[in-house]
Amino acid sequence: MAIKTLTIDGQLVSAREEDTILVAAREAGVNIPALCYVDGLTPVGACRLCLVEQQGTNRLQAACATKVQEGMEIVTNSPRLHEYRKMILELLFAERNHICAVCVANNHCELQDMAVRHGMDHVRFEYLYPQLSVDVSHEQFGIDHNRCILCTRCVRACHEIEGAHTWDVSGRGVRARVITDMNQPWGDSDTCTSCGKCVQACPTGAIFRQGSTVAEMERDRSMLQFLVNAREKKQWNV
Amino acid sequence: MAEAAKTEVIKKKAGPAHPSGDKRFKLLEVTMKRHQFRSDALIEVMHAAQELFGFLEVDLMFFIARYLKLPPSRVFGVATFYNLFSLRPKGEHTCVLCTGTACYVKGADALLDAVEKLAGIKAGETTEDGKLSLVTARCLGACGIAPAVVVDGTVKGLETPDSLVQQLKGWLPNG
Ligand code: SF4
Ligand code: FES
Repeated sequence: MAIKTLTIDGQLVSAREEDTILVAAREAGVNIPALCYVDGLTPVGACRLCLVEQQGTNRLQAACATKVQEGMEIVTNSPRLHEYRKMILELLFAERNHICAVCVANNHCELQDMAVRHGMDHVRFEYLYPQLSVDVSHEQFGIDHNRCILCTRCVRACHEIEGAHTWDVSGRGVRARVITDMNQPWGDSDTCTSCGKCVQACPTGAIFRQGSTVAEMERDRSMLQFLVNAREKKQWNV
Repeated sequence: MAEAAKTEVIKKKAGPAHPSGDKRFKLLEVTMKRHQFRSDALIEVMHAAQELFGFLEVDLMFFIARYLKLPPSRVFGVATFYNLFSLRPKGEHTCVLCTGTACYVKGADALLDAVEKLAGIKAGETTEDGKLSLVTARCLGACGIAPAVVVDGTVKGLETPDSLVQQLKGWLPNG
């Protein structure tokens, strides 16, 4: 296992060569904002919140999807990055109907946390207020498209860990939606095993356990990484 | 004779037919077989399916998903990603409006407005009576005659809202 040495915010860091900037930074105690990334799932670089500056190039890099390199000099926070991140968050809020006060994930929501962390107190863009549906046809879970940020964590958890691939994304651009099977009600899905991994993966209140009311929807994200380790590193002693 | 032999071969190679007995499913199966049922042939297979059936019905997409061993959600995702695939039957007549840069500058938005108003549908929709489908496309490569439209397969240029409405209104009840 080769080791790479790089600088993150002026701090000298050594990392495994297969590590991403995001993981290396976290191990060095630097927490880069991220939304579509979650431990245990393949990064897709969808949300762009983790963009960082790299010395010697003007191009910003998605920390979650960029491997460390020898001698890299990374800046994870600057007025420019802060401004971009805030703008990304505002765009996410403007795109759907995120009303924290009545959301099952209130106080347990990664989108909300990011907004607070970046001091996003208002949105400079026009809200789209799309008319979106809520599907509670599944007997245990529900999906509220009003709160989905299209991070595809549910899609990846279902495909990579459970292996069911019930979820995918249909359409594109502003019409993109996560779907179950042939865009049918979740409860009618033949592939869904009701394992609940998507529920653990979802950063917002989009996928929820039925019966949860406002602010009740807590999740255990570490479960995903735990399952991957258990499988890949054969961590069970049986 | 050759034709009969060919059908014979097809019959032998293809597996059990679709329960509906619709021959087109068999033809589609042959196409999939030609691609060795590889999942990365999905787009080609959907093209073939749309050519055979006119549009991609849910049942048809399930059929493809089963044969290519793809999750239904992936098939649906791909079908809705590309404008070219249609999940609903096309109207008897189609009007494609180019909204590429040149046509846009030459007033494609006014054409679109006029047709949408006339037919009471939005781009990408078909009138309820199935008479007319309205589609937009980004650049037909006919910028010299902008704004360009394609009415039932025939390219027409230098259109005005009035000239276009004249052509379409015969197909519409309120025209
Ligand atoms: S439902 Fe949740 S996990 Fe899935 S894409 Fe939307 S926000 Fe992400
Ligand atoms: S966390 Fe890196 S792009 Fe979303």
